[in-house]
Amino acid sequence: MGAIAHDTHAAHHDAHAAHHHHQESWVTKYIFSQDHKMISKQYLITAIIMAWVAVIMSIMFRLQLAWPDEGFAFTNFFLGDKWAPEGVLNPNMYLALVTIHGTIMVFFVLTGGLSGTFSNLLIPFQLGARDMASGFLNMLSYWFFFLSSILMLASLFVEGGPASGGWTVYPPLSALPQAMPGSGTGMTLWLLSMAIFIASALLGGLNYVVTILNLRTKGMKMTRMPLTIWAFFITAVLGILSFPVLLSAALLLLLDRSLGTSFYLSEIHIGGEALENSGGSPILFQHLFWFLGHPEVYIVLLPALGITSEVIATNSRKPIFGYRAMIGSILAIGFLSFIVWGHHMYLTGMNPFLGSVFVFTTLLIAIPSAVKVFNYLTTLWRGNIIFTPAMLFSVGLVATFIAGGLTGIILADSALDINVHDTYFVVAHFHVVMGMSAIFGMFAGVYHWFPRMYGRMMNTKLGYAHFWITFICAFGVFLPMHFVGLAGAPRRYYSYSEFPYLSGVADLNVMITIFAIIGGLAQVLFTYNFFYSIYRGQKTVQNPWRANTLEWTAPIEHMHGNWPGAIPTVHRWPYDYSKPGKAEDFVPQDVPLEHGEEEDHG
Amino acid sequence: MTKLLIIVVLVLGVLAIVRLSRVYELTATLRGKREEEITDRDNRMNARFMWLFCILYFGFFLWLLFRYSDRMLPVSASEHGVWTDQLMDVNWIIIFIVFFITNTLLFYFAGRYVFDKNRKAYYLAHNNKLELIWTVIPAIVLIGIIIYGLSIWNRITAHSPEGTAQVELYAKQFDWTARYPGKDGLLGATDYRLINDNNPLGIVTKGSIQTRLMELVVDINATVEKLKNEGEYLPPTQLAELIDHVEKQKRMMRKITNLKVMMEQDIAEKGEASSYAHGSDDVVIKEFHLPVRRDIELVIRSRDVIHSAYIPHLRMQMNAVPGMPTRFHMKPTITTDSMRVVVEDDKFDFVLLCNKICGASHFNMQMPLVVESQTAYETWYAEAMKKPFEGAPVAEVPAAAVAVGDTVFVQTDTSNTAVVVTAVANGSTTH
Repeated sequence: MGAIAHDTHAAHHDAHAAHHHHQESWVTKYIFSQDHKMISKQYLITAIIMAWVAVIMSIMFRLQLAWPDEGFAFTNFFLGDKWAPEGVLNPNMYLALVTIHGTIMVFFVLTGGLSGTFSNLLIPFQLGARDMASGFLNMLSYWFFFLSSILMLASLFVEGGPASGGWTVYPPLSALPQAMPGSGTGMTLWLLSMAIFIASALLGGLNYVVTILNLRTKGMKMTRMPLTIWAFFITAVLGILSFPVLLSAALLLLLDRSLGTSFYLSEIHIGGEALENSGGSPILFQHLFWFLGHPEVYIVLLPALGITSEVIATNSRKPIFGYRAMIGSILAIGFLSFIVWGHHMYLTGMNPFLGSVFVFTTLLIAIPSAVKVFNYLTTLWRGNIIFTPAMLFSVGLVATFIAGGLTGIILADSALDINVHDTYFVVAHFHVVMGMSAIFGMFAGVYHWFPRMYGRMMNTKLGYAHFWITFICAFGVFLPMHFVGLAGAPRRYYSYSEFPYLSGVADLNVMITIFAIIGGLAQVLFTYNFFYSIYRGQKTVQNPWRANTLEWTAPIEHMHGNWPGAIPTVHRWPYDYSKPGKAEDFVPQDVPLEHGEEEDHG
Repeated sequence: MTKLLIIVVLVLGVLAIVRLSRVYELTATLRGKREEEITDRDNRMNARFMWLFCILYFGFFLWLLFRYSDRMLPVSASEHGVWTDQLMDVNWIIIFIVFFITNTLLFYFAGRYVFDKNRKAYYLAHNNKLELIWTVIPAIVLIGIIIYGLSIWNRITAHSPEGTAQVELYAKQFDWTARYPGKDGLLGATDYRLINDNNPLGIVTKGSIQTRLMELVVDINATVEKLKNEGEYLPPTQLAELIDHVEKQKRMMRKITNLKVMMEQDIAEKGEASSYAHGSDDVVIKEFHLPVRRDIELVIRSRDVIHSAYIPHLRMQMNAVPGMPTRFHMKPTITTDSMRVVVEDDKFDFVLLCNKICGASHFNMQMPLVVESQTAYETWYAEAMKKPFEGAPVAEVPAAAVAVGDTVFVQTDTSNTAVVVTAVANGSTTH
């Protein structure tokens, strides 16, 4: 029955492709495009621009942390005399910068940018679908994302500055304009921007799930899907289940801010005045926020792990080890991510027994994570490794995932969290495990699928330079940062000069900043390589990496419907690399099994 | 200036790399080299870099470890801190082992199995035995970590022994205030509506209620007076604001009057056992002293936004949440003087700092903590108790009673606030 329906669908599309190949106008092709390939590029380029905003912000606050109270022309150039008189960063602006840096990186780059780019590009291509289930919703999803990006950037220019209560925007700080200047118009715009962003994420996520469940080509069983698709699938499910909770948290906060409700406010005396709000709880917001916030970590991370699985297998010329275990661990991580949010809240005064439960569930996540790492290691073992830039970034991801995952064991332990909570140890931990890993996965994806996106190749040598500088700087920044945290340095501090006990690690802050600046500059290499190669890069061949997945069976030139004739049929799993008895070291998924050949599955 | 120069040099360096790569690209095109064909030379170079990186990575890590180990937090100055430090050490040992093994494997494999066209990769799709082993081993190790960690957590968060002395830490933007019980050894009840300059913590006593009610009466009277005199000249928005203000202050008076009734009933029922009866001898002070080797329960409160009380050297941290007092039970074990010897710094002080983002001056919201011997503490405490909270001067009450408008009648009579309140509460606004 399913097969019949599918054939009809395919036939319809063949006819569609053959008969009315409609001429598209410039606007429908490049702006309001409903084509998954164009939408994917739109996501990527928007994310690159947003990432640059966040990187420049991070350089400004790193300068302040390394050389407190010194003036920098760089800071003054971007912030002007109001926020950086003589180049000295204003403390309120410092908080605004760390807030918006976090918001942009977590949501706009690593959620919108990563999932938006690669789910859109790869889900139809790797499943053998003509396009997403709903091209129109997909277009809406991007334009909501765009609108929310614009709103977020606009919030940088309002009187009082953008939201500055940290990317977690805990009330009452974020709820009361009298608490800090950033909790005025800037905060309202932040909430509106996030509400629209969530709408975008939901439209995108629903589309991904429906497409994956319904539009797989003939023979593409769930257990033959590449791990990229599995990762995007679970990511989309996590997003659909958790983003609405953040939306409700944001709406309640908006109500508290504008209509005088008391969801999060109780017994507050501020600005010389006792507020009338009573009965609310600021901790409620934290529960709602982290109910999204923790799955969000995996929304960011899983696509990167999926991309890496694909890139490591392809470039090791070896099947991914333990395909089913990899799927199992994605599912386990996805499930567990919903019952661990409390580990962000051990010290809020919540019941210690509840804390114990969250310790238990949180540490359980280490098991599927360990399985993933060991499977990557075994995939590399006795492989035949080709170091494309994508492969380098994938190996880099495994390294950061190990380093960051291990420090997570400390933070998951409530008793240890007492002393490291909200210190730089936490900042170092999540930047390594989620920031670096996810961005490395994203880079791996860009280098690997650039030929699929633009029909041209990126420069490999520049890719090497980009990787090695970035990789070294990543550890140069975040390894010392763990030590700053263990010395007891709280995060979100404008300066440490008031605390003599931290003077011993002041030189580490200088080291971190120097590595951060070099690492930031290395991204110029990438940006240059990216945009230059779009126009002038070497023209690609159809399957440059000699990979098995379906996207490489489609013509280089983008076309409506992806394949000119019939959609390819799938006969095997995507990881038949170096299969014994085969002349080539790869067998694409659309090659039928030979007589007597067994289909192997991890 | 030098920094600017550094930045310029860095930018030029990047540009140089870009130009070099362009030259490379052109020559590559001339030689017909394709980007996707990674040459053996490139592969081997990256493979060697993997090994080199691994050595640098471990080297950097060990260098940091040895160079900075004595600049980390010194030995814990609290009892539970010693437990968590041990737990931390055990965790670190496990983490270091896994860290070195997995990273060695990762970089070794990456470098060792570099592409060789004469070799075929080993086709290995899965191995259930191996996968079972590396699922079960982490699971066992984690169970150990969980049990050990939770046993410490339960000890730390266990109820403090009966009769443990309480000290309150009160946070507001951007400072800390401490409150010690008076002679009765108990902290009195508080209400945020009673906060004013002389009662920064909102302690409930007959006097503090009275004073606050009078303040409100005076404020209402002044506002009503202003409305009466200037009302017709004021712009409508300002007029509305003033009327709202009067309404709001009246609601506030009603709530405080309720509180007063509640307090009186509670004291009538329970006498000295009522929590309302303990406030007047409390000590509100901007100093923070603790006796060494005595159990202490910190009660942590906030006036405005969420703060967090963090004493790194005592491994103590707990959020201060408005509307929800939190507690942390601990026992300091090292005095400030002894710690000065340990860290070889005779100016060293323990410090209580804020560790939850709370606004512009979050980075300097601190209060020194003095941990001292029992006798030194008692001397300090006895001195502090000479200035109990209620000893602070009560706000002067203006003499003149003001009658305003037709419906609001307010009289200033300190001996009978209830009458005043009823009059205001029953009245409506002047317009």
